[in-house]
Amino acid sequence: MPQILNLVQKEFTLELRRKAVISGIALYLVSLTFIVYITFSLRNNVINEATWSALFWLAILFSVINSVAKSFIGEKKGLSIYYYSLVSPQAIIASKIIYNTLLCIFLSGVGFVLFAVFIGNPVQDLVIFCTTLALSSWGFSAALSLISGIAAKANNSSVLMAVLSFPVVIAILLMAIKVTKNALDGLDRGSSSDELINLLAINCILTALAYLLFPYIWRS
Amino acid sequence: MHKGLKIAAVVLLLYVHVGGLLFDVPRLDILNETIRALYFHVPMWFGMILLFGLSVYHAVKYLRNPNIESDRKSVEFANVGLLFGILGIVTGMFWANYTWGSPWHGDPKQNGAAIALLVYLAYFVLRASVENEEQRGRLSAVYNIFAFAAMIPLIFIIPRLTSSVHPGSGGNPGFNMYDLDSRMRLVFYPAVIGWFLLGFWIANLRIRAHAVEEKIYEAENETH
Repeated sequence: MPQILNLVQKEFTLELRRKAVISGIALYLVSLTFIVYITFSLRNNVINEATWSALFWLAILFSVINSVAKSFIGEKKGLSIYYYSLVSPQAIIASKIIYNTLLCIFLSGVGFVLFAVFIGNPVQDLVIFCTTLALSSWGFSAALSLISGIAAKANNSSVLMAVLSFPVVIAILLMAIKVTKNALDGLDRGSSSDELINLLAINCILTALAYLLFPYIWRS
Repeated sequence: MHKGLKIAAVVLLLYVHVGGLLFDVPRLDILNETIRALYFHVPMWFGMILLFGLSVYHAVKYLRNPNIESDRKSVEFANVGLLFGILGIVTGMFWANYTWGSPWHGDPKQNGAAIALLVYLAYFVLRASVENEEQRGRLSAVYNIFAFAAMIPLIFIIPRLTSSVHPGSGGNPGFNMYDLDSRMRLVFYPAVIGWFLLGFWIANLRIRAHAVEEKIYEAENETH
């Protein structure tokens, strides 16, 4: 446990030291939102709620894939050998998942603010919506951290990252979109509970599997 | 593969083709004769899930004890499972064209099926992009297990939560509602077993063919 906390702390320190990376991702998100704004020419038009949620989740998905991808892909060769001699692989994947979850929550929060400013804020039930954001961030980071580890070991990893992760995160995305629709319509909270529990269950499965399977890809 | 199983596969499939095309089926509006798709389309999905399951089983075996044989089995079961999945989608699209009016309807079941295929197509892309044989086996086994687990909710849970026009879900009756005297079951269950055995047989042939190829390759290398 202290190992995991140390590693999470290390991730934060590194992230704050390399400001170019985090500001790059933030700019990516801003550009995506702005492209949405321009392509739908929202100065004159209004988009309906279904389109809003589809665009929002697409923007979040792409920026999350891009930011989590670097958790293993960008690392230098020698670094993994160094970690290998210091800590257990379980500690590494656990710390990556925790760190990436926090990063994803931050990104989706920023994304939501940007969407609210540029495109409008149709969300009626903020509590449910934020819960969905937090849960889906956890799910995305559990799935994508492991896949980033796989893709980092293979050639043409950036393409592979996208190809491998889409089918895995679709289940999370579908659940999230369904709850988002309820939150946008301001439906009764009980109507979203099934999906939220499902989302939680998917997250638990993916996290447990990532934790169990990561040592095998780490070994090489 | 045991010889009895091969004979069973041939006999069952002969019976399914004769019985499936000639036996009496319930007369229903819209469905009409397309209800016979049950004998050919539905067993593809059962077969696909079972074959992918076997592929995952061998992937787990590979991770526990890395040897080339488990890796090979895992790949070939995934290969044949993919074939079954593609046949399942194609037969489903034929059926949907006559009953729903268009081949692709965006139904949750169709989407789930398409995603299942995407997972295993991605699996083969991953295999193609790793050169080291041992690493390829390990990475693809990990992805196989992970993606299969992520696929389960898509195929078994989400279609049951959403409205769907597919028979047997979303309040639509499945075949067991119409089949009051169980005549269709007499063909359906043999069809499921027969098609799965055929898939298992194909996978086994491919595994053996690969083993022979490997031996020939080694023998050639020794003589040079």
